[in-house]
Amino acid sequence: MAALRVIQKLASTVPSRCLSAPRMSSQASTVSAGHPVSEVVMPLTVLSEDEQMMRDSVAKFAKEKIGPLVREMDRNSKMDDSVLQGLFENGLMGVEVEAEYGGTDSTFFSSCLVVEELARVDPAVAVLVDIQNTLIVTSLRLHGTEEQKQKYLPRLATDTVGSFALSESESGSDAFALKTRADKKGDYWVLNGSKMWISNSEQAGLFLVFANADSLQGYKGISTFLVDRDTPGLTIDKHEDKLGIRASSTCPVHFEDVKIPESHLLGTLGHGYKYAIGLLNEGRIGIAAQMVGLAQGCFDYAVPYTMERKQFGQNIFDFQSMQHQISEIATEIEAARLLVYNAARLREAGHPFIKQAAMAKFYAAEVAAKTTAKSIEWMGGVGFTKDYPVEKFYRDCKIGAIYEGTNNIQLSTIARYLKQEWQQ
Amino acid sequence: MWPIFDYGRFVSIISSSDVYGVVWMRSLAQLHKMANLRVLVGVKRVIDYAVKIRVKPDNSGVVTDGVKHSMNPFCEIAMEEAVRLKEKKLAKEIIAVSCGPAQAQETIRTALAMGADRGIHVEVTGKEYENMTPLHVSKIMAKLAQDQEANLVILGKQSIDGDNNQTGQMTAALLDWPQATFASEVTKENDHLKVVREIDGGLETVKVTLPAVITADLRLNEPRYATLPNIMKAKKKKIAKHKAADFGVDLTPTLEVVGVEDPPVRQAGQKVESTEELVAKLKDSGVV
Repeated sequence: MAALRVIQKLASTVPSRCLSAPRMSSQASTVSAGHPVSEVVMPLTVLSEDEQMMRDSVAKFAKEKIGPLVREMDRNSKMDDSVLQGLFENGLMGVEVEAEYGGTDSTFFSSCLVVEELARVDPAVAVLVDIQNTLIVTSLRLHGTEEQKQKYLPRLATDTVGSFALSESESGSDAFALKTRADKKGDYWVLNGSKMWISNSEQAGLFLVFANADSLQGYKGISTFLVDRDTPGLTIDKHEDKLGIRASSTCPVHFEDVKIPESHLLGTLGHGYKYAIGLLNEGRIGIAAQMVGLAQGCFDYAVPYTMERKQFGQNIFDFQSMQHQISEIATEIEAARLLVYNAARLREAGHPFIKQAAMAKFYAAEVAAKTTAKSIEWMGGVGFTKDYPVEKFYRDCKIGAIYEGTNNIQLSTIARYLKQEWQQ
Repeated sequence: MWPIFDYGRFVSIISSSDVYGVVWMRSLAQLHKMANLRVLVGVKRVIDYAVKIRVKPDNSGVVTDGVKHSMNPFCEIAMEEAVRLKEKKLAKEIIAVSCGPAQAQETIRTALAMGADRGIHVEVTGKEYENMTPLHVSKIMAKLAQDQEANLVILGKQSIDGDNNQTGQMTAALLDWPQATFASEVTKENDHLKVVREIDGGLETVKVTLPAVITADLRLNEPRYATLPNIMKAKKKKIAKHKAADFGVDLTPTLEVVGVEDPPVRQAGQKVESTEELVAKLKDSGVV
C-alpha cells in the first residue's frame, strides 16, 4: 500500500501525463505468495503498450525510410530532406508537445525511446531529434510565455527544426565564459557574437541563443533569446567536416547586430545559466539513449555476422573467446540501457535524477565506444571497410564522450553528488 | 442476351474488347449510401515477416512463443485503403476486427493508430485458435458485417502464415455479396466501385455494387506508419470484446493439421563451362 500512496502523492505534484504508465502490474498470478498485487512494480525494460507501439513504429520508419539513405547522408555530410519530412510527419519532433499545440502529447521517456530507436539506424538523425525534443521543446515548455508557446511549439512539432546555441570557440565545458553580448536598445535586444559547434544549424528555423545581457554580473547576466533564422545579421557558416554523425550539420553561427524584439527573451533575464544547466541535465539522458541505440545497432549487425562467418570449420561465434567477448559487451549494453531508462523514469516521476543522468551519459558513451571497437574486430577485414555499417558506428560514437558535457564533466558531477551524500 | 441476375446481385465485367454487362442496383436508396460507407476491415496478427520461421521439434506447427508478431502486411494494405476512403469522405466509419488471443488487441490498436474509429476483438484462444480456419473467420466476419450494418468489407488477400486466400471469398459467399479480390486499384464511380484486379493474365477491371467484399493485393497502396500522435489518440478509441459464440459460430475444427515440415534443403547446383555443356546437362535431366 505504501507504494500506492507514493504514486498518489506524485500524481498530485506532477502533471499526470508525466507519470509513465503505472509501473505496477495488473496481472495477479505470478507474484510471490502473500504479497498484494498492487505492490508489484514492473521491470525497467518492460514498456507500457503505448511505449511499445511507439518504439515499433519508429523502428519500422527508421529501417524503411532512413536505413537506405544512411550511407549517402554520411558520405555527403548532408541530411536528406525526405528524412526530415518523415520525422515531422510521424510526430517525432514534438513528442512532449501537447496535443493542443499540434504535438504528440507523450512523455519524456517516449522521446528517449524514439532517440534510441533512431540511433540504431543512424545516430546523426537521432541527435537532431534529441536536441529538438529534450532541449528546444523543453525550454519552451518550461520557460516560455503562453504567447511564445503558441507561436513556436506548433512550428517545432510540425515543420521547424531548432538549434541550441550555447557553445563558442572559447567556451565549451566552461560554458558560462561565453562572450556573445545582448545589449538592450529600447524595445529591442541587439545580439553580437559568434557561436561554434551548433548542431542542426543548417536546417534550423529557430535558434535558442545564450548571450550575456550584463557582463558585469558575470554568468548571472546570461540570458536566453529566441532568434528566428531569417533575422538580419544572423549568418550560418559552412558546416564542419566531422569524423562522425556527419549527416548532422555542425556550423559556426554569427550574430552581427541581430535585432530581436524584447518579447523574444525566454524566461527571466539573467537566468540563462540556470536554464542551460537544467536543460542539459535532462538532455544528457537523451544523448545517453542515443549511445545505447548506437551500441545496439552496431552489435545487432556484428553478431549475426559471427554466426555465419566460418573459419577453421566452425562459425566464429562458436569460439569460446568470441562468446565471452560478445557476452560481455551484451551485458554492458543492457547495463547502460538500464541506467538510461531509470534516469528517465526518475526524472519523469519528479525524483532527483542528476547524478543518475550523468552516470547514464558517461557509461553509455563508454559502452558505445567499446561495442563499436569490438564489433569491427569481430567482423575482421570487412568490418574495416565502408561497405559495412560498423565503421560508421565506430566513428559516430566518439562524439558521445564529448558533447552535452564531456565525460570528465559527468564524472565531476557525479563526484559532487557523492560528496554531498557523504558529508551529511 | 444479357444474363439476368437475382434482385440485388451484380457483377459486370468490362474488358478492352468492349463486352459490356448490365449493372443492376439494389435500390435508389443505395445511391445515398455511397458517400457514407461503413467499412469493416479484418486485421490478423501473424508472425512478423522478417522473422526466420522455425518448425517445432514435434512437427505439429511452427514456434510462436516469444517470436515477434505484427499485423499481416496485406491487412495493413486493407486498413490503409479504408483510411484513404475515409480521407476522401467516402467512408464515414472504419471498424477494425481481429479474431485471436489477447495479444490480437495490439494489432487492433495499430489499426486504430492508422485511422480506424473503433475495434472489435473476437477472443479465440488456445487449441481453438490453433485450429481456427478461414471458414470460421468468414462466418464471424459475415455475421459482424450484418450486425454492424457495414456496406464494405476490406480484407487482405491472404495472411502470410496460412496463405489460404479464402477468407474474403468465403465471407462474400456467406453474405451473398459481390466480391472483388486481388484489388490493385479501387475507385468510386457514381454508384459503384471500379476495382482493378491483378490476375494471372494481367489486369481485369470489374464494377461492384455495394455492399461488397474487397481483398487487397500488394500494389493497392503503401500503408502509412502509425504516427506517434495517432498512437496516443488511439488510446481513447474503444475496442469491444466478443467470443465466437456471440455470433453463433461453432469453432469445432473442420480440418486437422497432420504435420508441418521444413521445406527440403536446397541442393547445390553445378557449374558448367559453356552453353553447349549447359544444354547437354538440361537435356540429360529431361528438362528440355
